[in-house]
Amino acid sequence: MIFFIQQLLNGITLGSIYALIALGYTMVYGIILLINFAHGEILMVGAYVGFFAISSLHLNFFTALILSMFAAAVLGVAIERIAYRPLRNSTRLAALITAIGMSLLLQNGGLVVLGTDFKAFPQTMVKETYWILGGRVPVTNQQILILAVTIVMMVGLQYVVKRTKIGKAMRAVSYDKEAAKLMGINVDTTISATFAIGSALAAVAGILLAMYYQTVHPLMGLMPGLKAFVAAVLGGIGIIPGAMTGGFLLGTVEAMVSGYWDSQWKDAIAFGILIIILVVKPSGLLGKDTTEKV
Amino acid sequence: MKLSKNIIGTILLIFAVYFAVGFLIKGEIINPFQQVNLFLMGINIIMAVSLNLIVGFTGQLALGHAGFMAIGAYVSAIFTVKLGLGFGLGVIAGALAAAISGVIIGLPTLRLRGDYLAIATLGFAEIIRVVFVNTEYVGGAAGMIGIPQLTNWTWLYFLTVATIILIKNFINSTHGRACISVRENEIAAETMGINTTKYKTLAFSMGAFFAGVAGALYAHYFFLIQPITFSFLKSFDALVMVVLGGLGSITGSIIAALLVTGLSAALQDLAGLRMVIYAAVLIVVMVYRPQGLMGSREFSLSMLKKERGEADDGSTKAKSVN
Repeated sequence: MIFFIQQLLNGITLGSIYALIALGYTMVYGIILLINFAHGEILMVGAYVGFFAISSLHLNFFTALILSMFAAAVLGVAIERIAYRPLRNSTRLAALITAIGMSLLLQNGGLVVLGTDFKAFPQTMVKETYWILGGRVPVTNQQILILAVTIVMMVGLQYVVKRTKIGKAMRAVSYDKEAAKLMGINVDTTISATFAIGSALAAVAGILLAMYYQTVHPLMGLMPGLKAFVAAVLGGIGIIPGAMTGGFLLGTVEAMVSGYWDSQWKDAIAFGILIIILVVKPSGLLGKDTTEKV
Repeated sequence: MKLSKNIIGTILLIFAVYFAVGFLIKGEIINPFQQVNLFLMGINIIMAVSLNLIVGFTGQLALGHAGFMAIGAYVSAIFTVKLGLGFGLGVIAGALAAAISGVIIGLPTLRLRGDYLAIATLGFAEIIRVVFVNTEYVGGAAGMIGIPQLTNWTWLYFLTVATIILIKNFINSTHGRACISVRENEIAAETMGINTTKYKTLAFSMGAFFAGVAGALYAHYFFLIQPITFSFLKSFDALVMVVLGGLGSITGSIIAALLVTGLSAALQDLAGLRMVIYAAVLIVVMVYRPQGLMGSREFSLSMLKKERGEADDGSTKAKSVN
């Protein structure tokens, strides 16, 4: 039982990071129907900005976090301008290939510029362990920080999407691009804003991930990126609460598989769950079924 | 009369190329490095043309072609190494195993559309890879070693040519036309009485079959197969060739397979920068020519003559595809 609760905590910690990444995927997919494969690489760049901000500029954790969010937002908007906007009216496949190409470019560019070795991510706080549930289950302050930052980001995002003008514009554009344009919404600005917000969230996830595994590497975005996409599809792509549910669920399942069986199989199990969900309920857990009209 | 003349000409051309390149290999005019790339070109042509059948002609976005290649490679290697059977039998077994897994994967997932299918097939390929990583019988993560080099020029060339001819003839048959109708409009095809599930599964398993052939050739040329070889990148490579060549153009796929393999061979010495250039070229080509080099047209000598006269017509046609 103790072991189970411990794995559950690990799962929730990792799952909250997946959820943050999945939010970016889901927002971009919701608005331009593109699987932004470069999202995992934006995460990696965000983690490196945080790494240099802390280790070279000696900034504190929160300043580094904000700097990295800003850098990632600029990168996300630039990628959209350069690679995705010219393809907005071409086939979905061409856009998908471009997105994968962008991901490869950033990965390999990262390997060339940043080197192929793992670098230790500086620990900005002293590790403390609290014992909860009658002093039997350990919780680290790092886990609490990860969860707290994630929750703050999610609440912030909900506020932006539901209560602000730009959030309203995003919802309008994702619902019907043409109609939104007719209502006087600047579609390009709205899409850029979506990329900026999604990329900033990815940067946060990148720093949290670097903190969790204590390393940074140019390929660090690859697997979490794919996993977060799985999480987004699991919850129902384009749906923000779905991405959160999917992220937490996937993180928990992975922690359980690693804890009770063999961590070698966790990727296979994650994709297995994805396929079962897709076959049983293709629109995801929280998605509504849609029938295609002729 | 004209048709049969064309066929005889094609057969003569096929054999002429076979003997000419065979002679170059025998006479060691082609150095070992060039030979490796020549064999890779053949294998990549099989991968690209077979994936084009699924993505380009049937319109099903599949991102897991390397998974089928892995099955072909491993099953054929088990036949030749572990069971001591002949190479021909190994190729057939590998291809059939890939085709069967294509049916198993295809039947439930082909109900999915577009991006969902892409991600499901990507997931399947990853699962196949993890299974091989965790199977000690085939060497686990270290891979299978000591596979005899049975892939020679004759096997490679004739299997490549056979793949192209079989897929080309399939597309021009009733069944192939049905596949194209599924691509154009699935609901309309269904209404016209076409069993879309049947044709999607047929195209999917046929594509998988030939990917299995490519895998068997690969395994028996490079001595060693590792699960990491058949990762997402390999699937992506095949998809790049298909899209670069043009969806629904067999000659486009062949040209793109030759170009991409040639490009990565030319950039071999640059090590890390190779993939950066590859990705950058890919993005530039996609942004400026999203319909691919050939669009959905086929390359032929008569096309060249036509193009010269009606250059304007060609460009407008390409635009309408996009």
